[in-house]
Amino acid sequence: MPIVLDHVSYVYEADTPLARKALDDICLEIPDGQFVGVIGHTGSGKSTLMQHLNGLMKATSGHVYFNGEDIDGEKYDKKKLRSRVGLVFQYPEHQLFEIDVFTDVCFGPKNLGLTQEEAEARAREALELVGLPEEVYRQSPFEISGGQKRRAAIAGVLAMKPQVLILDEPTAGLDPKGRDEILQQIKRLQTQTGLTILLVSHSMEDVAEYVDRILVMNDGRIMLDGTPKEVFGHVEELERVGLAAPQVTYIMRALKKKGLEVDVDVITIREATEEILKALQDRG
Amino acid sequence: MIRDITLGQYYQIDSVIHRLDPRVKLGGTLLFIISLFFFQNVWCYLLAALFLAVVIKLSRVPFKYIVKGMKAILFLLILTVIFNLFLTPGTPLVTFFGGKVRITEEGLKLAVFMAIRLAFLIIGSSIMTLTTTPNNLTDGMERLLRPLRVFRVPVHEGAMMMSIALRFIPILLEETDKIMKAQTARGADFESGNLIQRAKAMVPLLVPLIISAFRRANDLAMAMEARCYRGGENRTKMKPLIYRTEDYLAYFCVALYLGAGVFLGRL
Ligand SMILES: Nc1ncnc2c1ncn2[C@@H]1O[C@H](COP(=O)(O)OP(=O)(O)OP(=O)(O)O)[C@@H](O)[C@H]1O
Ligand SMILES: [Mg+2]
Repeated sequence: MPIVLDHVSYVYEADTPLARKALDDICLEIPDGQFVGVIGHTGSGKSTLMQHLNGLMKATSGHVYFNGEDIDGEKYDKKKLRSRVGLVFQYPEHQLFEIDVFTDVCFGPKNLGLTQEEAEARAREALELVGLPEEVYRQSPFEISGGQKRRAAIAGVLAMKPQVLILDEPTAGLDPKGRDEILQQIKRLQTQTGLTILLVSHSMEDVAEYVDRILVMNDGRIMLDGTPKEVFGHVEELERVGLAAPQVTYIMRALKKKGLEVDVDVITIREATEEILKALQDRG
Repeated sequence: MIRDITLGQYYQIDSVIHRLDPRVKLGGTLLFIISLFFFQNVWCYLLAALFLAVVIKLSRVPFKYIVKGMKAILFLLILTVIFNLFLTPGTPLVTFFGGKVRITEEGLKLAVFMAIRLAFLIIGSSIMTLTTTPNNLTDGMERLLRPLRVFRVPVHEGAMMMSIALRFIPILLEETDKIMKAQTARGADFESGNLIQRAKAMVPLLVPLIISAFRRANDLAMAMEARCYRGGENRTKMKPLIYRTEDYLAYFCVALYLGAGVFLGRL
């Protein structure tokens, strides 16, 4: 189910002195099964763009097509769209409301019109996927830890079994271990089920590690679009808009300056280790 | 969606009226409203209209924007007109249903005046809120009510509560918007169904909203305490309210308006 954006623009508070263009003429195509990372400075329009993809916001001008159909079309079934395109908001734990975690995760599937048993089966599956231990299932969502809340909220969207999963900074405020766990589970999900994933993140390391393609947003526009290697090759441009390449890329550059013959396009720690070892071996 | 309510919201722009001391605007608005209830003839209303028009022009807030905010109270306006029109005794003008329902000359006059009065009242006070930030407004109110402290009225505390409440309105609206979207993304439906279904659909919205309101209130209390806030006693202001020439000039204009009103009222 590919997503296509055709000249999409969005203006907040249109017709007031506070009017602000958050999206500016975005053209984009996201094919099935791709893991896309979205990076950009604070206020560059990432969250706004994500909300257009499942019809929560309507473009001021331009069109969004899901599977070839215009989602703002007259007869288009938005509810169905939302079950196909799952969106996990920034700080999703603020949406929890049920008496216990398990019931809260059931909320989404039940809204799709599934029976109690089906909803529960899905909830169980989703909770296992995000790695929540069984003992928290019956606890109040307000009494578990922040990281567990985050997982519960992500499970709430996963339980709807979307074909496209959008995660808006799912790891903000989590410890490194929790962050890696969540991202690895998401990656596994993508490779196993062929899910399309859009991941908004402020961490260049995370993006470099997991995604197939990176979109760089700046001031409501898509500034760069390509594989992680391509995008992180433009270090100067990224720095100009307040972003950076992963730390290892800088280390590799520094090493090269010092005279070690390494490839500077390296973006993950694993690659870097190999590259450095190889260079050292060549040296003898 | 909910953010479309413009009544009583600050309109950010720079103008003579925006820069006036909030005390002038509060006092001026109050006097203007009082004057409306004393005005009896057409000349007086023309004067009030002229006064309003000049203030609106000076404030640089588009008239369209002000009118948009008035839609919310249109119902009230219409209701008042209808009541006055049909329920005022006097010389009948038109009668329906064999004299049972009638419109009188006095009723018509009263309805028209009442509608104009209400409309002016609302426009007048919305100009005040449109051109004054909530913080400034409460500052001005606190300063004007200060004499009441003699009678042990907690003026500062009241003003602080009010400014916090005002500050929280846009935050809570934004929060409502966000939670609504998050639940819509999970398939919640806030728009269709009968009354009971709709009330039930509010639970996923209200629970997180109330929790977040408490969380924010808690955070704010902490932050205030961490900065040693301890009420109004001996407290100084970072930006004390000081009258400038423009403010005296504005008072003078209001006085002029009132004088003209008294004069025209005698005609
Ligand atoms: N509800 C709103 N009303 C008015 N303006 C808004 C609103 N939400 C966002 N904006 C503006 O739109 C622009 C884009 O915001 P958006 O939330 O999409 O940024 P972002 O890239 O997600 O930022 P962050 O990394 O901080 O989450 C910002 O300049 C912001 O000020
Ligand atoms: Mg965002």
